[in-house]
Amino acid sequence: MTYHVLSLLVEDKPGLLTRVAGLFARRGFNIRSLAVGTTEIEGLSRITVVVEVEGLALEQITKQLNKLINVLKIVELDPSSSVQREHMLVKVRVDNSTRTQILEAATLFRARVVDVATDALIMEVTGDTAKVEALLRVLEPYGVKEIAQSGLLAMGRGSKSISERVFKNS
Amino acid sequence: MMTGSGAILASLEKLGVTDVFGLPGGAIMPFYDELMSSTAIRHILVRHEQGAGHAAEGYAASSGRLGVCIATSGPGATNLVTAIADAYMDSVPMLAITGQVFSTSMGTDAFQEVDITGITMPITKHSFLVTDPADVPAVIAAAVHIATTGRPGPVLVDVTKDAQQKSAPFIWPPKLDLPGYRPVTKAHGKQIQAAAQMIAESRRPVLYVGGGIIRSGASRELLAFAEMTGAPVVTTLMARGAFPDSHHQNLGMPGMHGTVPSVLALQESDLLIALGSRFDDRVTGKVSEFAPGAKVIHVDIDPAEIGKIRHADVPIVGDAREVLLDLLPAFEAATAQTTPDTVDWWKRIESLRVQYPLGYVDDPEDGLLSPQGVIEAIGRISGPEAVYAAGVGQHQMWAAQFIKYERPGSWLNSGGAGTMGYAIPAAMGAKVAQPERLVWAIDGDGCFQMTNQELATCTINNIPIKVAIINNSSLGMVRQWQTLFYDGRHSFTDLETGSKRAGEETRMIPDFVKMADAYGALGIRVTKPEEIEPAIRLAIETNDRPVVLDFIVSRDAMVWPMVPQGVGNSSVQYARENAPDWYDE
Repeated sequence: MTYHVLSLLVEDKPGLLTRVAGLFARRGFNIRSLAVGTTEIEGLSRITVVVEVEGLALEQITKQLNKLINVLKIVELDPSSSVQREHMLVKVRVDNSTRTQILEAATLFRARVVDVATDALIMEVTGDTAKVEALLRVLEPYGVKEIAQSGLLAMGRGSKSISERVFKNS
Repeated sequence: MMTGSGAILASLEKLGVTDVFGLPGGAIMPFYDELMSSTAIRHILVRHEQGAGHAAEGYAASSGRLGVCIATSGPGATNLVTAIADAYMDSVPMLAITGQVFSTSMGTDAFQEVDITGITMPITKHSFLVTDPADVPAVIAAAVHIATTGRPGPVLVDVTKDAQQKSAPFIWPPKLDLPGYRPVTKAHGKQIQAAAQMIAESRRPVLYVGGGIIRSGASRELLAFAEMTGAPVVTTLMARGAFPDSHHQNLGMPGMHGTVPSVLALQESDLLIALGSRFDDRVTGKVSEFAPGAKVIHVDIDPAEIGKIRHADVPIVGDAREVLLDLLPAFEAATAQTTPDTVDWWKRIESLRVQYPLGYVDDPEDGLLSPQGVIEAIGRISGPEAVYAAGVGQHQMWAAQFIKYERPGSWLNSGGAGTMGYAIPAAMGAKVAQPERLVWAIDGDGCFQMTNQELATCTINNIPIKVAIINNSSLGMVRQWQTLFYDGRHSFTDLETGSKRAGEETRMIPDFVKMADAYGALGIRVTKPEEIEPAIRLAIETNDRPVVLDFIVSRDAMVWPMVPQGVGNSSVQYARENAPDWYDE
């Protein structure tokens, strides 16, 4: 199964997220991650969704999403031509014998320690999916107690913006 | 300043709505108070909200206008759900207005509170929740615009009771703010050229016509295009009437219960020209075996239908009528030098027609009436100007097969959803839209028991529909499948409303003739062949009240031809254990 990153420009209306999520569910598509937030334009939100589908099904889900009245635009963001980032908070078990190694790993991954207790610490890391997963693999032997992870955020490289064409047309 | 409920009414009036179907309740009472004094809008009080929904559908499907239904919150709204789903599947332009509890009570499990916008999200084209009276005009206008343009469909507007009661300025016309809704109606010129070229070069083309032709009002353009190309035409269940049955190019209905020529023409075709059709499973059978040698030109106003089931070699997004208008000159240009050679193709089709005409047994062994014969007689006597609304099941298929349709809007049925009980309220809606027309509800004894309460609505509101109950005393289509695929084990399909064989009546519960009488309708039981015609004529002549004809028909009659579910269409069976010899070239 392959992953595709879809970026949706949507009107910020009540129930919008239900419409989008419900569409994925009833047409049988799996969402791997979902991130929702505001945009530079008031009244518009942006949904970044990572979906597990193959070619034809991707076309179908894009067309179905386009039929939602409050969806203004959908673009697929290719990893090579976009910036893709996840954000993760991870609480890891530490003691005197492991603390140095864990802090070293944090430095290597450019993770920041944001909370320290005697037997645990929380670090935050930002990066693409592969980097976040790699850090987790390194931390696992020490004992990962808790994870909070954002959905993937993505933006096309270069000067063009997702909202440009929408407003040129209207 | 105007109350929200006054604004709903004023908006509907401004939009040209003249008839609505509904039933009041607590959360919609402010609107009903306004509605009472309207002189522009006729409100038909139904007996069950599902009836209002199907009536709105029948109104819309027969006339091409918007259908409107109204219900209160909670159970009133949920009773609309089946009809909304039905309208969604069959692309019927419908506006459903529901009352909602006070905005301050929402989310508290208040009395008669349900999240109807949430419940209907998967079965509406769009929905709105209105909590501010100032939003009413724009929302109603947007809802009607969405329901009636592009691929039509149901739109629900849920209005809280406080939004109905409070006041706001009424501004008309409101500004439509729908930046995410821009249906494409005009097709791409290059695609039109490609399609025309492909049709010109094909040897075995078929025009695979769907309900989109009717919704788009493209029948005249279709006729011109079909005659120009000379290609055979198949009309799906939703497209019966889109192209005249009397036209020699019409092969009839394709699909599970389609005619053999129609099913095999699709199967053996080298080019399917799909016009407003969606490759429904009841048409294609096993998709991987459907029309294996055919290229596909797929015309649809909904881009999501193109390539959903079957790859389209030439995808054309656009309104069927506009596309056909563009295709006509393009095809003419493409065939300026050569005319397409379809002589062998027609030879093949004509041989199938001769070998496998639609037919039925006119005198069943059990001595009861032939259901197909009854339906055929209704169509023959009533003619093509009448409207025929069917329920769902065997009688629906027979009505699709044995009535000759000549014009769009004359055939109403629940095609996609397969909603039993559709016929009576839909016929009622059609009669309200077109009171001058003769309107039949061709119903089954199972279907009739789901929505017959609307006969009260018909009698009281002077909506004289004719109901023909094709009473085989059972859930006939399920019984047919049990006979064919479940070793004849008739599990819970006996309804005991008719006869087992001539002279052997069941308990006949309920007695449909007595029921008709109770509703103030004329009820007649028909058990002998010679009674069929006089009964139909009497029904047609009786216009001071609804008529219910209870035809006691054979329950062993089956719908043929048939492609069993899950197999390829080449396995079409003409009659039981009788598959056509389609290798005979």
